[in-house]
Amino acid sequence: MKKPMKPFWWGLFGAGGAISALFIPALLFLNGLAIPLGWIEAPHYEALLALVKHPLTRLFIFALISLSLFHWAHRFRYTLYDGLQLKHLNELVAVLCYGSAMVVTLVAGYTLWRI
Amino acid sequence: MPTNVTLDIFRYRPEDELKPVFQSYEIPFRKDWVILDALNYIKDSLDGSLSYRWSCRMGVCGSCGMMVNGTPVLTCATFLEKFLPGPIRVEPLKNFPVIRDLVIEMSDFMRKLKRVKPWIIRDEEKSLSEGEYLQTPTQLADYKQYSMCINCMLCYAACPIYGLEPSFTGPAAIALAQRYNFDNRDQGKKQRMEALLQDGGIWECTLVGECSVVCPKGVDPAGAIQRYKVASTTEWWKSLLMPWGSREG
Amino acid sequence: MTQNPHYTKHHPKWYRTGMPIFWWMHKWVHMKFILRELTSVAVAFYAVVLLFQVRALSQGPEAYASFLAWLKTPIAIVLHAIAFLFVIFHSVSWFNLSPRALVVRIGKKRIPDAVIAASNYLAWVVFSAAMVWIMLTS
Repeated sequence: MKKPMKPFWWGLFGAGGAISALFIPALLFLNGLAIPLGWIEAPHYEALLALVKHPLTRLFIFALISLSLFHWAHRFRYTLYDGLQLKHLNELVAVLCYGSAMVVTLVAGYTLWRI
Repeated sequence: MPTNVTLDIFRYRPEDELKPVFQSYEIPFRKDWVILDALNYIKDSLDGSLSYRWSCRMGVCGSCGMMVNGTPVLTCATFLEKFLPGPIRVEPLKNFPVIRDLVIEMSDFMRKLKRVKPWIIRDEEKSLSEGEYLQTPTQLADYKQYSMCINCMLCYAACPIYGLEPSFTGPAAIALAQRYNFDNRDQGKKQRMEALLQDGGIWECTLVGECSVVCPKGVDPAGAIQRYKVASTTEWWKSLLMPWGSREG
Repeated sequence: MTQNPHYTKHHPKWYRTGMPIFWWMHKWVHMKFILRELTSVAVAFYAVVLLFQVRALSQGPEAYASFLAWLKTPIAIVLHAIAFLFVIFHSVSWFNLSPRALVVRIGKKRIPDAVIAASNYLAWVVFSAAMVWIMLTS
């Protein structure tokens, strides 16, 4: 029996779910609402750039983006499958979902490498 | 307190017509009656043709599962009073074919139950002279919850995935597989793997969670399935990163 | 001896109710389930926004300034507000379900579900506070 991939995708889904649940709410609130609406002062460009350039920050942001996308890919794929009964498109949906997650992961990796 | 209550009951008599109908029965209301009492009253006094399953009338045999107002319940454990003023809609358990009236066809579940091998599997049986297999209370506690299953199939009626995916092994069967996987006397994890990990296995489950909500025995099949997902994923990574050392199933 | 799962034999007189395509619209519990699953879209949305933000940061102060300007547009605010609600729903439902997957036993006693969930919430608060602090002091 060749090595099944389902535990692998589920593992990514689980890790992505955990990391996104712990970190995204605060980040979204700060960067997407509090700062644009002026409730909190925006950090200076140089200070933010220095913070993001730190290797640990880069690793963290990479993990956050990549795992969140794989979390979405797995969950969304099953939601389409069960919610709209798209069984006949199963393989296409899987390729589109995991494929986009991989593309975003690559772009994120490249961007954070070169920052 | 009203004196009467109406039950709208799903009738399916294939010898007459292949379409089901709902038939209304007005029965006396008694505070201490459960749905099963109402059905028995109907069969005894109003309409002897009504067909349904029941047995122990005390919530341990798992025979009397039906949909009451859209929710799967044990009719021997559900009071009429809860649904006042009525009318109360009684239908056969969802997601199973209906043979007649409130009687469903359950061989799919029986097949799936057998597939997960719900019995103690030993590499080698101990001889009688070696004595019994010992189990401490802590070891019992590991699987006791999953052993409470009475095979009532309410979880299958509640599971939308079982309704959508006919090959899904289902909550009770997986919980029962886990009951044996967690039993220290059992050595059959590997033999149950195929039923649990291949098509129709645990990966179909998306943790809707309704199975655990409707379970009358607190088995928590959703939890059993999630634990197997975690265990299976950990095993996957272990066998990838440390392929040496064959682990016991 | 293995058996493949096979469909219940077709019996012409057994009555079968199929599942409608929009089965999840019939019961609130199912609707809530689908909404919970759709929170993953909000998660992916913000991950992509974050990626664009980092990219803008790497392209220099002008690029970053125009990204900040986009964040201030009404459409961005509305999208973020909606995403925020969904992401909170994701976190709450995720932490509430965590005890199902993580059963930890110390000796004879099993750690109660509430404790497992609570420790997740605590981690959430701690990490969020840490991030707020980092952003405010940079």
